[in-house]
Amino acid sequence: MRSAQDMMSGSQGNAQGHEHSTKTVQFISFRVGEQEFAIDIMAVREIKGWTDTTTLPNQEEYLLGVLNLRGTIVPIYDLRCRFGLGLTVATRSHVVIIVSVLDRTIGLLVDAVSDILTVNSNEIRPVPEMEKSVSNEFLSGLITIGETMVVLLSLETLFAQRPSEDASAVAA
Amino acid sequence: MSDSSFGANELDRFRATFFEECAELIADMESRLSCMLTETADSEELNAIFRAVHSIKAGAGAFGLKRLVTFSHTFEALLDWLRDGRIAQDERVATILVKAGDILAALVEAAQQGKEIAADFETEIANELHGLLEEASGGTSTHRAKAEPKSTSESVTPAKATVDYRISFSPHAELFRHANEPLLLIKELERFGTLHTFCDTSKLPSLAAMEPEDAYFSWTFELSTNRSKADIAEVFEFVDQDCILDISESAEEEAFGLFDDDEPKALNEPAPDSSPAVAPTIEHKPAAEPAQKAQSGAKSNANATIRVDLARIDRLVNMVGELVITQAMLAQQIIDQGKDQGQQAIQGHEDLAVLTRELQECVMAIRMQPVKSVFQRMPRLVREVAGKLNKQVNLVTHGEQTEVDKTVIEELADPLTHMIRNSIDHGIETPDVRIAAGKPAEGKIVLSAAHVGSNILIHISDDGAGINRERLLKKAIEKGIVTPNANLSDEEIDELIFAPGFSTAAAVTDVSGRGVGMDVVRRNIVGLGGRIQVQSTFGKGTRFTLIIPLTLAVLDGMIVASGSEKYILPLTSIIESFRPDKSQVREITGGGQVASIRGEYVRLVYLCKIFDVPGAVLEPWKGLVVLVETASGNKLGIVVDELIGQQQVVIKSLLDNFTPVPGISGATILGNGRVALILDIEQLAGMTERRRHATIDGRLSGSKPALLDDQASQPHSDVDDGALPRLAVGSR
Amino acid sequence: MAKRVLTVDDSKTMRDMVSFTLKGAGFEVVEAEDGVKALSVLERTNVDLVITDINMPNMDGVTLVKQLRAKPSHKSTPILILTTEGGEDKKAAGRAAGATGWIVKPFAPDKLLQVVTKVCP
Repeated sequence: MRSAQDMMSGSQGNAQGHEHSTKTVQFISFRVGEQEFAIDIMAVREIKGWTDTTTLPNQEEYLLGVLNLRGTIVPIYDLRCRFGLGLTVATRSHVVIIVSVLDRTIGLLVDAVSDILTVNSNEIRPVPEMEKSVSNEFLSGLITIGETMVVLLSLETLFAQRPSEDASAVAA
Repeated sequence: MSDSSFGANELDRFRATFFEECAELIADMESRLSCMLTETADSEELNAIFRAVHSIKAGAGAFGLKRLVTFSHTFEALLDWLRDGRIAQDERVATILVKAGDILAALVEAAQQGKEIAADFETEIANELHGLLEEASGGTSTHRAKAEPKSTSESVTPAKATVDYRISFSPHAELFRHANEPLLLIKELERFGTLHTFCDTSKLPSLAAMEPEDAYFSWTFELSTNRSKADIAEVFEFVDQDCILDISESAEEEAFGLFDDDEPKALNEPAPDSSPAVAPTIEHKPAAEPAQKAQSGAKSNANATIRVDLARIDRLVNMVGELVITQAMLAQQIIDQGKDQGQQAIQGHEDLAVLTRELQECVMAIRMQPVKSVFQRMPRLVREVAGKLNKQVNLVTHGEQTEVDKTVIEELADPLTHMIRNSIDHGIETPDVRIAAGKPAEGKIVLSAAHVGSNILIHISDDGAGINRERLLKKAIEKGIVTPNANLSDEEIDELIFAPGFSTAAAVTDVSGRGVGMDVVRRNIVGLGGRIQVQSTFGKGTRFTLIIPLTLAVLDGMIVASGSEKYILPLTSIIESFRPDKSQVREITGGGQVASIRGEYVRLVYLCKIFDVPGAVLEPWKGLVVLVETASGNKLGIVVDELIGQQQVVIKSLLDNFTPVPGISGATILGNGRVALILDIEQLAGMTERRRHATIDGRLSGSKPALLDDQASQPHSDVDDGALPRLAVGSR
Repeated sequence: MAKRVLTVDDSKTMRDMVSFTLKGAGFEVVEAEDGVKALSVLERTNVDLVITDINMPNMDGVTLVKQLRAKPSHKSTPILILTTEGGEDKKAAGRAAGATGWIVKPFAPDKLLQVVTKVCP
């Protein structure tokens, strides 16, 4: 799997890439609240409608629980909540994007999947230094599509630190 | 030397392979050697043992493990003489062989772990082996392998001035039968220097008399080279018995030119033609293979492949085929449902269910292996431990062919090792004590396995001293494990040996060690989803019974409900469930509740509180208490809303995609496709109630920063199940 | 075209080492665990050289050599015996069966290559 960061460096590109440094890369874009995000299409395994999960006890709030993906137990994360924007009230119109990240298969609950974006790697702009906002270390770049700014997410960074178990509360 | 040009990585890899192989070979060798103690081994057996030792020697040579080479060489020499009948099999020889096997295993282990062992570790047994060989060779000299001098003459062949050689090469008629080609030899000689070749064709018969595959030509070469005579001889090394070869010059070296110079020239294997043992017969015995393979249960191979009886795989494939067909039928019937109103579909479902169950059994069978691989390690252990303690112990095993899941087998080795050590150390008395007690000097330990339902039952019984309850109780009181005025039944006293850190031996020995006791064994067994029991009669002996599920892949579970959630409790840990009377439930100062049952107080643990589940029953007398027992024998009352039912579930790991969750040992998928969590009793017992607000209807979490969204308190809105695929990307 | 060598040994360690050495020198290597398996490999595959251990279950190396020499297709395939025994009787048995040569293990990789190129140039 390649990360958006890898692609930004222009070291790799998609099959349809031009020569030189302007390689095209593909992303899946989706909406969480008012914001458009995008992740590397290579990380995406499938996209499915929301189904009820089984809650894992004593976990971070943004971990909605686990569901059965053809025999595999897959944890589902609420991206809205992960960004500190509160829990999503999931309905059947919400979407779970199943991705592979750091050798794990996980699901991301988002409001809706928007598009498949094919962009030149040189169109990806760095995220400006921000004062303090939504934990911007997960953000690996910005793309402009028409009028819309799309934020590239680095799943590796987002899930690099496995969710803590809140061990203090369950002192053994 | 031999590995000079392998890279370090390759060498490490080869080494790892070698030691894996050693583990298999030693296991195989040991079981065969053990058999020799009771019955005479046939040539097939002896060959197998010989091959094992031989392979170990070969590998050890490759890795420069000199000590291992030396010892296995002697061992191998003895086995060789044994199989060609120069040494007769008797009890004494068998005993020495078994000891030699133990030593070999220890040397391999030491080599693998880079462990230091005493310089004279193998001396005694090696001397015994040599002794046998000397006896057999009439006491005149040491055995051949030892007597063979090392040939070093060719190892020093400095480059020197050009010398003229005259080489006469007259092949025998059968030269070509070994696929040798004189032209290649000539070409090689040519590379050495200036070569003049004279061919003698005088022996060529008339065409009619000519055998097309015979050699008729001979040659004389004149070679000017700076190479040694030995080098030239080496060119002819493969043909030098198929020809008359004469290399003449004033070269002073002894010309053998074999490239095995630095190898001891051991003549420790007879020519197959002269030995019935290696008679060139084709013995294809596929049936023997799985049994042999099954012995590869060493821990280091935990991830190794599993070799399976072909018939089982065939059956599996057939079953899957049936499943596919039934499924297709079912699909068709559902399409046709308009006419038949689903009656057929229901029948199809039933067939599918039956097939699926069978399929599951087949898949399980693939992982099943006989416990033999663990049992056969025990004779060596018994000999070692008994030897150290100066006790005489006879180990009897039954039911080695009893099959159990491979993963279970691997986990069985440690507890069994520990328990057998314990039986010898604490159970079996020294011979004088035994005789004084009117028992035979030799103690007996019986290790047996059998299937009971979906469990394997393992007994370890000894005819030793039995549990001294008086002493045990006294010690338990000293250690504060029980109160001095406790009134315990015999069974309860016996159970104390499983108490943590309990050691009953009057003296702590280096055999059973200090601190690590039966509590660890019990924990291991419980970790396998099993139970352990002890029965003992003072002065007569002790019997341990292990009851372990056949597989770790499935679990007999009880589905319990707590609020909106369903959990699985392992059936093996459940003692009973009951709805207490309100009066049975008491508050304890400082928090916590207990329930009294038959005069005993049991701590109550609310699943809904530990796991922060909304909407659960908070009064045990309205719900249920499930009484469970932990590995350490503590009882715990788990408060749930209701029992849903008993079900065999397939265990799925959470850890593939997630971190461990306290209180949860795994997950499974219920009939409706939803995930249910399997409870970890041990962890539950140690967990405290997490949140005070479990009664609040909602999934409020105290551990998060302030919520920005007021919708947050009801995350799981009621949404119908049923995936709504919108867009499929990537692999499905 | 790369020469193809069949290595026959019941020890994976040995097969690995032979295989590694020969592959490094550009040979193609096929493996078999014993004489019986070797014969079945040779049913399907043509090889330029066979290197076989002597001591193996099911069918030992000497028998394998005999069996191969009995087949017209393998009358002239070079066969090297790879074994720990450097003893003359073992070599003689191999020779009598029709082996082309022998290599003593443990072998140095360069030595193995030297011998292999000698019979399989």
